[in-house]
Amino acid sequence: MEGILNQLPIGLSIAAVLLLIALGLTFTFGQMGVINMAHGEFIMAGAYTAYLLQDFAGRNAVLVALPVAFVVAGLMGLILERAAIRHFYGRPLDTLLLTWGVSLVLQQVARDLFGAPNVQVLSPTWLQGTFGPMPYNRMFILLLAVGSVVGIWVYMNRTALGRRMQAVMQNRQLAATSGINTGQVDQLTFFIGSGLAGIAGVALTLIGPVGPTLGTYYIVDAFLVVVAGGLGQLRGAVIAAAALGLLNSYAEFWTNASLAKVIVFAVIIAFLQFRPQGLFVLRSRALT
Amino acid sequence: MTATLEKPPVTEAPVKEPRDWRGPALFAVVAIIGLVVMPLVLEPFRLGLLAKYLTYAIVALGIGLAWGQGGMLTLGQGVFFGLGGYAMGMHLKLNDAGDGLPDFMVWSGVETLPALWEPFRNPVFAIAMVVIVPGAVAWLLGTLVFRQRVRGAYFAILTQALAAAMVILLVGQQGLTGGTNGLTNFFEVFGQDVAADSTQRGLYFTVAIVLGILFIAVWQLQRSRFGRLLLAVRDGEDRVRFLGYNPATVKTITFTLSAVMAGIAGALFVPIVGIISPALLGVVPSLELVVAVAVGGRFVLVGAVLGAVLMGYAKTYFSEELPDAWLYLQGALFILVIGLAPKGIVGIISSVRESVAGRKKEVAA
Repeated sequence: MEGILNQLPIGLSIAAVLLLIALGLTFTFGQMGVINMAHGEFIMAGAYTAYLLQDFAGRNAVLVALPVAFVVAGLMGLILERAAIRHFYGRPLDTLLLTWGVSLVLQQVARDLFGAPNVQVLSPTWLQGTFGPMPYNRMFILLLAVGSVVGIWVYMNRTALGRRMQAVMQNRQLAATSGINTGQVDQLTFFIGSGLAGIAGVALTLIGPVGPTLGTYYIVDAFLVVVAGGLGQLRGAVIAAAALGLLNSYAEFWTNASLAKVIVFAVIIAFLQFRPQGLFVLRSRALT
Repeated sequence: MTATLEKPPVTEAPVKEPRDWRGPALFAVVAIIGLVVMPLVLEPFRLGLLAKYLTYAIVALGIGLAWGQGGMLTLGQGVFFGLGGYAMGMHLKLNDAGDGLPDFMVWSGVETLPALWEPFRNPVFAIAMVVIVPGAVAWLLGTLVFRQRVRGAYFAILTQALAAAMVILLVGQQGLTGGTNGLTNFFEVFGQDVAADSTQRGLYFTVAIVLGILFIAVWQLQRSRFGRLLLAVRDGEDRVRFLGYNPATVKTITFTLSAVMAGIAGALFVPIVGIISPALLGVVPSLELVVAVAVGGRFVLVGAVLGAVLMGYAKTYFSEELPDAWLYLQGALFILVIGLAPKGIVGIISSVRESVAGRKKEVAA
């Protein structure tokens, strides 16, 4: 019983990180049909941002790093979108391979800049306690994810820019003919989505070491969240991330780490038998 | 099955130009180079390397079929390669161990041989499993996924997740699979000393001939009615469905075939290279082969084989000479090929040839 309770914060914090990562993916995938494998390296960039800021901000680096990492990762995403991805809209499989090439290069850049061994970011002293079974640092990650979801929801539903984003996602041509500058909307979406990956990277420094391949551990699971949640669906991403994070940690707890991933994979395949397009589907009459 | 594949009353696809003899001629030349020249010219170590690349070429052939012809981007071929490789590796390990336990089991404190391992003593069973296990896994996954019309990027992501899960599973089951180290230290393959030059030479011929046979088989498949149907599914799955075919069946069969090829490649890889381990079949190696196919030219079978061999050589060369630069080079090559030459090397060659031919025509006119 105690084990079950102890596993809860681990599962929830993994879910929170997955959600932060998957939010960016689900919007770029849903809106632009882009599969960005370099998204994992934006996570890594966010984490290294926190690492570098330690020199200035000491143990509070994590706090300072949140906005900085958002901008750093966001700008990286923006540059990638402008330089390469925008030429590949509507060719998801090609963007997947292209961005994987980018991710290889970025990993090597990180290795050359920071060295291959992992580095450590010291978490703030005021995050070093527990509240019941819930360590403060994991609670902080959870709050971060909740805050981001609320922010995205407000952005999407209560601002003009967000409504334009939804319009482009639902029907690009119609949005363009209504006078929306779809290219600009794409850039903004990419910036925000990549920025969230940066925040996820900062969050990850609280629960583990930072290395050049940090992103690769999470990117596959984050894509599974997108697949299970449905493209471009905020609700879907939240529910799928929570389910996947908890399933992962409990499957590890009850069986062992090596079987957990296989179980998660089997559950997702089984789930797709009932909901082939994920939890929530953007209704459309378009034929593929 | 045969009923759904009945020939529809459509006109034959237009034949480009009468050059049917060129393909077989090229194949014959390559076969002579591969089977006669290379074994004479190359020293044993280099021949072994080529044999390794040829096993990759077999996987690439499968990827070319599934992705180039069928539009299914499979990022998990490493899984099938690994299943074939482990089936072979288990047999070799048991063969070496005789009545005892394989060495790594002793080290991880396993007392009795796991039931899963027992039947692999029999070489016929092991070879059958090389084909059956990857085929069955791919068939199951394909049936479940394609039936629900999960496709394109979703399929790619799922196959990648399968590769990730497979690696973690293999690493975790130390006593059963040798964990991170995998299966290695083989002494004998089917009664021959695995390290002997003659054995390695024989293995080279085996893999070259298997590749040749599979190439011809896939070539014929591609030219058949099934091949046409596969292309149609790639280019317009819904239209094919409206015509009364079941695209899911076509895709499942193709995916299974590509998995079987990867399994055979894995089984050949093990005695040639002397190891099968999780690092050889995870997300990255699987993707690397897809890249190789893209570099060679994904829409033509020759491109897949060419790409696998070239990228194999490039990787060996650059990671020996410039280990730090290799990842940059690989990434850059990747970005350039996908960005500028989506048809790969073969595409570049044929467009050069076309422009030369075009110029000649202009001159003649």
